[in-house]
Amino acid sequence: MLKYTFKGVGGGNDFQWCFSQVKGAIDEDVAEADIISTVEFNYSGDLLATGDKGGRVVIFQREQESKNRPHSRGEYNVYSTFQSHEPEFDYLKSLEIEEKINKIRWLPQQNAAHSLLSTNDKTIKLWKISQRDKRAEGYNLKDEDGRLRDPFRITSLRVPVLLPMDRMVEASPRRIFANAHTYHINSISVNSDHETYLSADDLRVNLWHLEITDRSFNIVDIKPANMEELTEVITAAECHPHQCNVFVYSSSKGTIRLCDMRAAALCDRQSKFFEEPEDPSSRSFFSEIISSISDVKFSHSGRYMMTRDYLSVKVWDLNMENRPVETYQVHEYLRSKLCSLYENDCIFDKFECCWNGSDSAIMTGSYNNFFRMFDRNTRRDITLEASRENSKPRAILKARKVSTGGKRKKDEISVDSLDFNKKILHTAWHPKENVIAVAATNNLYIFQDKIN
Amino acid sequence: MFPKGTKRKFSDSGDEPAAGGEDVNQPSSVAVRMLSSYSLQRQSLLDMSLIKLQLCHMLVEPNLCRSVLIANTVRQIQEEMTQDGTWQIMTQALSAANAAAQCSADRLVATEVLCRQTEATQGEQVLKPFPAVGSEGCPAEEEEEVVVEEEGEGGVTMSTVSPQAPTSYLPGTFGMDPCWEEENGEDEEEDEDSEECGSGSEEGDSDRLVGDSRTAEQVFGTFEIKNPAPSPDPALEELFSDVDASYYDLDTVLTGMQSAPKMGPYDLLESLSSHGPSTLSSSTSCRSDLNELDHIMEIIVGS
Repeated sequence: MLKYTFKGVGGGNDFQWCFSQVKGAIDEDVAEADIISTVEFNYSGDLLATGDKGGRVVIFQREQESKNRPHSRGEYNVYSTFQSHEPEFDYLKSLEIEEKINKIRWLPQQNAAHSLLSTNDKTIKLWKISQRDKRAEGYNLKDEDGRLRDPFRITSLRVPVLLPMDRMVEASPRRIFANAHTYHINSISVNSDHETYLSADDLRVNLWHLEITDRSFNIVDIKPANMEELTEVITAAECHPHQCNVFVYSSSKGTIRLCDMRAAALCDRQSKFFEEPEDPSSRSFFSEIISSISDVKFSHSGRYMMTRDYLSVKVWDLNMENRPVETYQVHEYLRSKLCSLYENDCIFDKFECCWNGSDSAIMTGSYNNFFRMFDRNTRRDITLEASRENSKPRAILKARKVSTGGKRKKDEISVDSLDFNKKILHTAWHPKENVIAVAATNNLYIFQDKIN
Repeated sequence: MFPKGTKRKFSDSGDEPAAGGEDVNQPSSVAVRMLSSYSLQRQSLLDMSLIKLQLCHMLVEPNLCRSVLIANTVRQIQEEMTQDGTWQIMTQALSAANAAAQCSADRLVATEVLCRQTEATQGEQVLKPFPAVGSEGCPAEEEEEVVVEEEGEGGVTMSTVSPQAPTSYLPGTFGMDPCWEEENGEDEEEDEDSEECGSGSEEGDSDRLVGDSRTAEQVFGTFEIKNPAPSPDPALEELFSDVDASYYDLDTVLTGMQSAPKMGPYDLLESLSSHGPSTLSSSTSCRSDLNELDHIMEIIVGS
């Protein structure tokens, strides 16, 4: 199943990342609508979906490995593009509803078609993507251009034959789950029962059945009776990968609550409460803001979960609530710059994180188009960059380093030279192989491990 | 008049050596003593946070998580300032400034009082020379700048607070944020106080300064211990009894309906604040509720 071993993170002899592909426009002027807002592999890894600020979804499909070109291990090419969400206007509040795709989650494949859920701030849609590469010819009741034949003129019976045609991929919205969220949806997560899924906004978590669009169960509600007392919001939620009754949600105060849906209809009382006690020596006015969790992901095994806050990634054992089992610093050098980052709003950036297929490594993004990977076994880490300069085919990615001290070594970049507009918020790891997708503003980079 | 008085004071302190020493107490040294760099940083962080909260009014609904985090930061700063007494000082400073604003004759007194160093007299209506107060009205006056400069982009320093000041809106003279000015522009007409002060003053600056004091009050006022939102007009209540008010609460506040005037930024702060009684008079809130309701009626009627 999981056929590889993930040996060296730090550019060791065993393992290296190399450039594979980049998708997206090259020019400096980035159209706002083209900014990628979510990236997700499907269960097999053959499909890679991206959503952007313009409400579009682009799905890439991996080409079959060809014997002619053994070095290029299946490239990803555009499979389907469709407009998932359109901008809307809420007349009651005189507000625009952005069409930006906040999250895409694939559904397990049940037939030849593929299905995914995509959501903007208010509405979730289930899209079915199907392809046709054959067409039938020789109908009895209609002729070739589709017109019905006069029944009296039909004198013989024949069996239609299937002939190949150019592949046609079409996406159609099969379900629209609307009007269930007053606040902005930040997460959707498909349950392991493959029948239900949850959606979370700033104050509530709802449970849906995939087939039913006019009803949704509210399972978490943290809206206070008096909104003046609001001090905490929900930032992310996810279903457990195996236990369909368990889910977690994270908060802006750096806490995670694990809930069991069997306990009560409204899961306001958590089964487990994960919070790391604050280090009093590092307390500042920004402590709460940087503790706010921007993403939570269960490991594939279901035994651990990972949370991302502004400066670090933490791995939690579900059996231990009082502190994480592992903490990885993503860009600790930013701690002394928090005031500036607060001023330019970068401190509110929501970085995501992801596990590799075997849960032995984790990845998350940073600024200057850097992204970081941590090997949980060797405790080695590496910083890589997604840039056009390193974009020659199969070019090996060089480790990058940010210099924190006074002396900047050659090839290092100083903290003040970092480009905070180039942020990598969304990354995804192939469920089975060492292939990663990294979204850098409007470009999607695909890297894979070097084939020796 | 106010800033002019201040200016004179500062320049006088250079020219005339302190005689009685009662009011020429080197404001600069006082300021330096008072304003450690930590306080300055904290003040500037507070100002920045308040500006961020007020810039929430765009076409798209603002990010609730961000607003909550900023509001929590402001609350944290306020709590700390309350604990170390800085908050009370500012409160007194503004109340005196506002008292001074009522009558031109008192202004000079207030000025002197303001410049007097008074760590020991916090209980009285005596004020510390918060530089921001001076800087607000006198952007061009560089002499005071020993403290003013350190304030950084102190446009919204809001160093003065008055729990008793009548409700008023931003005069919008900060020149900081256009949409902010826009939003509160129309309220200038309603602002009787500024006119009152204006008539008595000889300097345009003083209006601004006093106005700024009130702005400060406006902003800080919402963080005073205050009541929850005052009860709306019963007639309106009846009219909209079947409208789900909770739906509009924070949402409306956060979004600041475009054409509804001045469901302003301070309402946002108010609703996010966890403190008690409001310093805004209930007529203000009713006024904004009315405007909001007008807007809703317009939509419903389709006018």
